[in-house]
Amino acid sequence: MKHLLGIEGMQPEEIVTVLDTADAMLEISQREIKRVPTLRGRTVINVFLEPSTRTRVSFEIAAKRLSADAVNVSAAGSSLAKAETLADMVQNLAAMNADVLIVRDRTAGVPRMLAERVHVPVINAGDGQHEHPTQALLDAFTVRQSLGSLEGRVVAIIGDIAHSRVARSDIYAFTKLGAEVRVAAPATMMPPGIELLGVKPCESMAEALAGADVIVMLRIQQERLDGPLFPGVREYARTFGLTQEKLTLASPDAIVLHPGPLNRGVEIATEVADAEPSRILDQVTNGVAVRMAVLYLVTGAE
Amino acid sequence: MSVPSSPSNSSTAPRSVSRVASAREAGRVILEAAGIRRATRRMAHEILERNPAPESIALVAIVRGGVPVADMLAQALSEIAGRDVPQGALDVTLYRDDVIGHGMRPIPHKTRMPFSVTGKRVVLVEDVVFTGRTVRAAMDAVIDFGRPEAIQVATLVDRGHRELPIRVDFVGKNIPTSRAEKVVLRQAPSGEYEVVVV
Amino acid sequence: MSRTRIRSARVLDPSTGRDELLSLDMEGGRIVALGPDPEGVPDEVIEAGELWLAPGLVDLHTHLREPGQEYKEDIASGARAAARGGFTTICCMANTDPVNDNTAVTAFIRQRAREVAAVRVQVIAAATRGLRGEIMSEMASLAEAGAVAFSDDGSVIMDASVMRRVLEYARGVGRPVIAHCEDVNLRGSGLVHEGPHATCSGLPGSPGEAETVMVARDLELARLTGAHLHIAHVSAARSVELIREAKAGGVRVTAEVTPHHLSLTDEATGGYDTNTKMAPPLRTARDREALRDGLADGTIDCLATDHAPHAAFEKDVEYSRAPFGVVGLETALPVLLELVREERLSPLEAISSLSTRPARVLGLRAGTLEVGAPADLVLIDPDRVWKVEPATLVSRSKNSAFLGHELRGAAIRTYVAGELVYNADGDATR
Repeated sequence: MKHLLGIEGMQPEEIVTVLDTADAMLEISQREIKRVPTLRGRTVINVFLEPSTRTRVSFEIAAKRLSADAVNVSAAGSSLAKAETLADMVQNLAAMNADVLIVRDRTAGVPRMLAERVHVPVINAGDGQHEHPTQALLDAFTVRQSLGSLEGRVVAIIGDIAHSRVARSDIYAFTKLGAEVRVAAPATMMPPGIELLGVKPCESMAEALAGADVIVMLRIQQERLDGPLFPGVREYARTFGLTQEKLTLASPDAIVLHPGPLNRGVEIATEVADAEPSRILDQVTNGVAVRMAVLYLVTGAE
Repeated sequence: MSVPSSPSNSSTAPRSVSRVASAREAGRVILEAAGIRRATRRMAHEILERNPAPESIALVAIVRGGVPVADMLAQALSEIAGRDVPQGALDVTLYRDDVIGHGMRPIPHKTRMPFSVTGKRVVLVEDVVFTGRTVRAAMDAVIDFGRPEAIQVATLVDRGHRELPIRVDFVGKNIPTSRAEKVVLRQAPSGEYEVVVV
Repeated sequence: MSRTRIRSARVLDPSTGRDELLSLDMEGGRIVALGPDPEGVPDEVIEAGELWLAPGLVDLHTHLREPGQEYKEDIASGARAAARGGFTTICCMANTDPVNDNTAVTAFIRQRAREVAAVRVQVIAAATRGLRGEIMSEMASLAEAGAVAFSDDGSVIMDASVMRRVLEYARGVGRPVIAHCEDVNLRGSGLVHEGPHATCSGLPGSPGEAETVMVARDLELARLTGAHLHIAHVSAARSVELIREAKAGGVRVTAEVTPHHLSLTDEATGGYDTNTKMAPPLRTARDREALRDGLADGTIDCLATDHAPHAAFEKDVEYSRAPFGVVGLETALPVLLELVREERLSPLEAISSLSTRPARVLGLRAGTLEVGAPADLVLIDPDRVWKVEPATLVSRSKNSAFLGHELRGAAIRTYVAGELVYNADGDATR
């Protein structure tokens, strides 16, 4: 694996390799000394051109647990925030002698554009409304950890499918691993042609939840929306929020995922977020292991 | 010790060892099942002689070849000392000097260390010790888990050709080999273990 | 005064419908003879070897960037690119800096063009002051100063009452209004066509309806006002239908399509190449089919390049930050010839949609090889294969949607008023 730009281009076996590797990485975080020497002396640069705390911190911890030096370049206070060509950006990053670039950007395609121009591995940490591959890998890892396998499982992804990079990456990952994926959203948040990705668009949340083994609740990101795509949080919570009552429509053993941070009382009710089926904190823990696995695998490629 | 990776992460991995090893050519048997049993039993005695307080002993198998050897040693120790010793399994992939930095990327296996190594007399268990690099990596890994009172090394086969100043404390059998040969512990069709040169 | 003969060319003159092997003589900047074996002794003979000889191409939609953004293009470099592409007349849009919304800028551009341009430059002036869509420009004065049409182009006049008055006033002045039809609210932050490809790439989409609702509005306003409405760069299938219906209903509407919309689809945007970012966006294969049909049946009158130069440093950025637009003068002809090879258009129709028909849209004296007409003409090798690379483009900017493509067909010699302004196998003389 040379880069991790998206799940779309991955073979199912490659996904399984990442998950298997993450299995071994998970234990490192439980040690007293949470560090292995694997990436000793390597420099990992987190290029975060869109504000993000949890993904950046997760990558930073992952890099450090592998003994890499992790450096953060964030939009605020960096020349990258200003108008700068990709060529200039690439030269600047190259001058820092990075061994891995982790890139988060507001615009779809930026990690790929950088990967075409640099000679080190690039990991997409979320690009616009395109993909967020490590989130999908940690989601798949969490499902596998809870349910053993994705094969034949029914996954319901609920929320702003149109503007969510998590939704796209999850759809690719879950379908490649053999799950049946349904999506449900208010009509204003359902992108055209979504069924071409091999998922079943549902009219209602109830239809998507019926018998589901996995429920992925997407965060409503008001700041990313062009205009009002829904009349308000109260109606959204009622129609597409996950409540204890709606949870009963799913399989009795269903688990609930959410990429965080939570809008409690909007897309997910507090009693669901904190209840037994919730795997939300596991996702955070697993995120570090999955990102360690990705860092480990991309740094080995020639 | 050259067991390639496979997805199984069980600490009792002989089935996988057998599957992998038997896929190779026949090989020359240099230590058959009875010999292995005698050797491990003798090593268990030696471990108890060197470490008079059996409650301080912990066996840590180096994944994956060391796992069946550690299982046999644990059984012998239990019979001789009348008590079970704690057992762990250590995957040293992430500590290997050919993996550090940019290099090949074998899939690591799960490490299982269900006890604190601090204050323990840790016996690292390997099937075959060769260059000493794996033992070096394993010592680093153990130290990351705490501060053992001592680290000792037990191996079923020592084939020489050390590249590092690593000394083995308990040896089942010293077997002179050429560098080019491969020595593996494998499970015969009967289910019994044997050591072969291929 | 010297006489130049182009001997035995395949003459394609859409103005007369001629498509035959002939020789053409020019002298004193005019075409003086056209026939199998013209009388008179030429001073110079160009052996055409059955290459195509056509009226010089006419582009109704060029951004020359001068005054104000000469680092992207200027009148001289844009005109050189035009000559290389076989164009002898180009019409430049008003979004310069300062905006061409007053006679001083119009006069400056015309003066500058006379001094430095290899080809004829016609001026399209702004329809409203500062392209703000509020107060109309001094159209009568601008027309007197030489403006051939009015357009705010990409700065869409969103207020329908303003658009109505602009159309009415322009009718009074006897000039068409060129409309870039795109509802900016419906487009929102859209960068590419809204559809499955945008869903996959994650680039924000803009539906075809962002165009069609404005096409519908402007057609209704053209009907109301009786003005000549020219719809720029049609991109959506439904727009073609609306224009077809309006034409049948007697609305004075003409329309253009760009080579890139005729050739590419939104699939090309999947690689995040910022040279696939333009407004309107590349749309679906179905839309492209409708555009080809519309061009073939005359619903769409002509091609126009929407040549929009942007510097490399402006395009070499994130997709969202890159400016809209691509250069097109040098690639229009070979891209259109693709449709001739696919037998969607005859050679005569293809040449017409790049010369006679655009000239007719604006009432320009161009697009004909009739004796007595200005000797604006182009010799074309329809089979010359060349690769589009930054180094092979003459335009100051290299932001072509066809970079890396092998194209077939090229202007070999371009003449303006009998003067050789481009020679593929030698140096241009101006």
